[in-house]
Amino acid sequence: MSEESGLIYRISGPVVTAVGISPRMYEVVRVGDEGLMGEVIELHGEQSVIQVYEETSGVKPGEPVIRTGQTLSVKLGPGLLTQIYDGIQRPLEDLEETMGVFITRGVDADGLDLSKKWEFNASVSVGDEVSGGSIIGIVQETETVEHRIMVPPGKSGKVTSIQSGEFDVTTTVCTLEDGTEIAMMQEWPVRTPRPFIQKNAPDVPLITGQRILDFLFPLAKGGTAGIPGPFGAGKTVTQQQLARWSDAQIVVYIGCGERGNEMTEVLTEFPHLMDPNTGKPLMNRTTMIANTSNMPVAAREASVYTGITIAEYFRDMGYDVALMADSTSRWAEAMREISSRLEEMPGEEGYPAYLSSRLAEFYERAGRVQTLGGGDGSVSVIGAVSPPGGDISEPVSQGTLRIVKVFWGLDAGLARQRHFPAINWLSSYSLYPQALDQWYRDNIASDYPEVRTKISSLLQVEAELQEIVQLVGSDALPMDQQLTLEVARMIREFFLQQNAFHDVDTFSQLDLQYEMAKAILTFQEESEKAMAGGAGLEDVVNVPARTDLMRGRFEEGYAERIGELLGKMSKQIAGTMEDN
Amino acid sequence: MSGKEYRTITDVKGPLVFLEKTEPVAYGEIVQLRLSDGTMKNGQVLDTSDDQVIVQVFEGTASVDRQTGVKFLGDVFRLPVSKGLIGRILDGAGKPRDGGPEIVAEDMADIIGAAINPFSRESPEQFIQTGISAIDACTSLVRGQKLPIFSASGLPHNDIALQIARQAKLVGSDDDFVVVFCAMGITAEEYNFFVHDLERTGALENAALFVNLADDPAVERLITPRLALTAAEYLAFEHDYHVLVIYTDMTNYCESLRQIGAAREEVPGRRGYPGYMYTDLAMLYERAGMVKGKKGSITQFPILTMPGDDITHPIPDLSGYITEGQIVISRELHQKGIYPPINVLPSLSRLMNAGIGEGKTREDHKSVSDQLYAAYAGGRELRGLVAIVGEDALNERDLQLLKFADIFEDQFLRQSRDEDRPIAEGTLDLAWDLLTNIDTKYLVRLDQKWIDKYHPTESKS
Repeated sequence: MSEESGLIYRISGPVVTAVGISPRMYEVVRVGDEGLMGEVIELHGEQSVIQVYEETSGVKPGEPVIRTGQTLSVKLGPGLLTQIYDGIQRPLEDLEETMGVFITRGVDADGLDLSKKWEFNASVSVGDEVSGGSIIGIVQETETVEHRIMVPPGKSGKVTSIQSGEFDVTTTVCTLEDGTEIAMMQEWPVRTPRPFIQKNAPDVPLITGQRILDFLFPLAKGGTAGIPGPFGAGKTVTQQQLARWSDAQIVVYIGCGERGNEMTEVLTEFPHLMDPNTGKPLMNRTTMIANTSNMPVAAREASVYTGITIAEYFRDMGYDVALMADSTSRWAEAMREISSRLEEMPGEEGYPAYLSSRLAEFYERAGRVQTLGGGDGSVSVIGAVSPPGGDISEPVSQGTLRIVKVFWGLDAGLARQRHFPAINWLSSYSLYPQALDQWYRDNIASDYPEVRTKISSLLQVEAELQEIVQLVGSDALPMDQQLTLEVARMIREFFLQQNAFHDVDTFSQLDLQYEMAKAILTFQEESEKAMAGGAGLEDVVNVPARTDLMRGRFEEGYAERIGELLGKMSKQIAGTMEDN
Repeated sequence: MSGKEYRTITDVKGPLVFLEKTEPVAYGEIVQLRLSDGTMKNGQVLDTSDDQVIVQVFEGTASVDRQTGVKFLGDVFRLPVSKGLIGRILDGAGKPRDGGPEIVAEDMADIIGAAINPFSRESPEQFIQTGISAIDACTSLVRGQKLPIFSASGLPHNDIALQIARQAKLVGSDDDFVVVFCAMGITAEEYNFFVHDLERTGALENAALFVNLADDPAVERLITPRLALTAAEYLAFEHDYHVLVIYTDMTNYCESLRQIGAAREEVPGRRGYPGYMYTDLAMLYERAGMVKGKKGSITQFPILTMPGDDITHPIPDLSGYITEGQIVISRELHQKGIYPPINVLPSLSRLMNAGIGEGKTREDHKSVSDQLYAAYAGGRELRGLVAIVGEDALNERDLQLLKFADIFEDQFLRQSRDEDRPIAEGTLDLAWDLLTNIDTKYLVRLDQKWIDKYHPTESKS
């Protein structure tokens, strides 16, 4: 490794210019007397332009800059889960130990605990032929997740030695015939996607337990979704709900330029929340990256790459990984800030011209793949977008919408009415239902897609009717249309609204979602019948069993009781005919 | 450090001074300028290289010429901090303004401050009772939160801020708040209003004031809030105080930020504000909170006036993305003569759920608050409809909601400037009384068990 050193020529905020070295692009360098970590982002004649991941106050021209020869990389191996990192994979817990509650600078911390011993169980034997991505052994990393140790990409050959036992992550556990030594830890440059054999079509839904998402606008495992919304519309709550309840095996949560207190909330809460699929703490499957808004902006730029590289690594083991990035707008702003310090020619709204290609490259790292080891893994990416003023015609939203297949549009108006999740059912879309319908027919109910279509068309009809109601009032509508409005209200209040803070309502299994949707359609059918038989709208709407059916969703055991409640409601509605 | 004085100014542009041929100067270093008539000015290094140094002058560049002496002090900007700050009035650069002696420093603190490690934060969850129903019931404040007031010119945001400062307390605790007040570019009249009110209630002895008025240098505004927050951090984390920081007006601060950006010929972001304004604001707002192992806390009340009452303007917009909610002051309510004219619909407290409920406020709080919102939102929406079709077209439920919206504004929102309503017996019970105007079958956000327990006419007790 060539350790050439040069001198600082200029400092302007997080951007430092050095002379006297000729590093490669994206090489990591050490800046100044304190050895602050930086990355080369531009070469300009004799000058190398460096973005520094730490605060640069007090650094002077003339201080040294030292090359490391490496590009920005993350350490991958047992110990990633339950961790919380800053944007450049420094564990925040270690930073607290070395610098106290405030983050100062010039401190290095390894992404993995290099001294911790893990129980490694070999799964190949001497003489086996292995190649990049082959699984050579297992470490039980947390109660629920086994960490599969893989041959790093690009290495292959016959195993000449392998040993099970307790080792730290840097000890060689396996050697190949060409002398390659493999330890449990590998490193990977964050800006390079990890390789795979091929991308497969996503055809299994990522189940989130959120009714409006799963039922109307589903995301496939390996898919991409964007959640744009103004502040206060519930982006972060939605992202956290996904981190909690989605049925991925691994969750990577990137808090990118967001609030410190929010990260704390996640940190204090996750260890106590149980995964509905395994019954064990959610933290066991989670890695978090927190680069809050007041932490250095260059590290914020790096944080999404750090996160997605970790996600890809778990994907390569054959896991379904869900990655949440909150918020990609802050990431884009970090790019803008650096770009403007570089005095680059700006594109739209001051963002660099390469904004949309960077966004595309990032989302393209999602996908369902056949891994190098031959397994099946996926990375689903859900990116929050914070458009200024909630106006999604701005570059980050537009750049995102061109790429993602699912759009969950948050609506300030709904949030103001306390309709949560405040996802607008008219403007949101998902391009996955086509691909997923067969799965629903096989696993939930044969008429699942039809039920969904009925529900969403009812909502469409309601929107049209509402326009008339705005002008003439609802009493002026014919009875059948008034019933449609009542049914649509039921969809909104009973089905689409979901209380994230309620113990029971926070999560709905897919088959329960289907039952609830069916119940609404049953209400519609029975009411139509009853009204044809002479019952009034008020009569059918006010049957007590309907209220019980709707309120019941807040109680334990609703899935078992919904059939019975529905029967009661049908009976009472039929009864309204006789009263007349 | 080097006491060398340079006379190598090449350019002066707005608040910026450009020099060449210096010894290496550190980024962020503090600079002293000596004018030919002996006046001293202060500045800070914004950009440094072997060939050129750019200095931002806090007091403005009036009278600076090429002969002005420039001295680099070899350190970043520090504020002398001590407990003695309490009860003092300082100017926007941290010098005494009240005629008192210099602050005797217990420590010299870097005013930029460092980011709190998210891992070391403590979740804010202690309810602060402000005695204002609209806030306590619907946008509950907790200790360690940053909750801005989004207002506009001509609205009584200052009265509200002062009422909060006067009345804020923790239920069941007699810990008092220390107020750190930071004025940025407000008029002398507004300033006097604040000081007189603080004096009248005796709060001044328990407050530290940092004051940059409208006729003080604009660039100085960029450091004033940093001084205030540095003082707040010191008092909270070194001396266990619970600090309430009120700063006004953030809009003036952002104007100064834009001014510097323009003078540096930076690529502007939206509406000419610099692209890094989000990060810059975050470096102020994020200095709120509680940390593990320390008793004190910092709660922030930034006040900003929305230009043209526009909540999508970059200043309120970027603030809203950083702060934990917002309290929105409404011109419409103000014109109806309602004080405090808080529009609860766009207002929000993100930390509310952590701070309310059993053992904190009352078990039915969340339910009541949701119901108030839903009913009021429904009623307000119907007002628009009634204007077109008249009340005759409304059904019974709608009529009740319509009436409720008026009652809510008149009796729940409205209170006097000295009225301090306790949360349970004052605010929540009042809410229940008002909700009797709506049939219980329409109160779908209320859990049946709370209706059974608290409803004034339907309760089973």
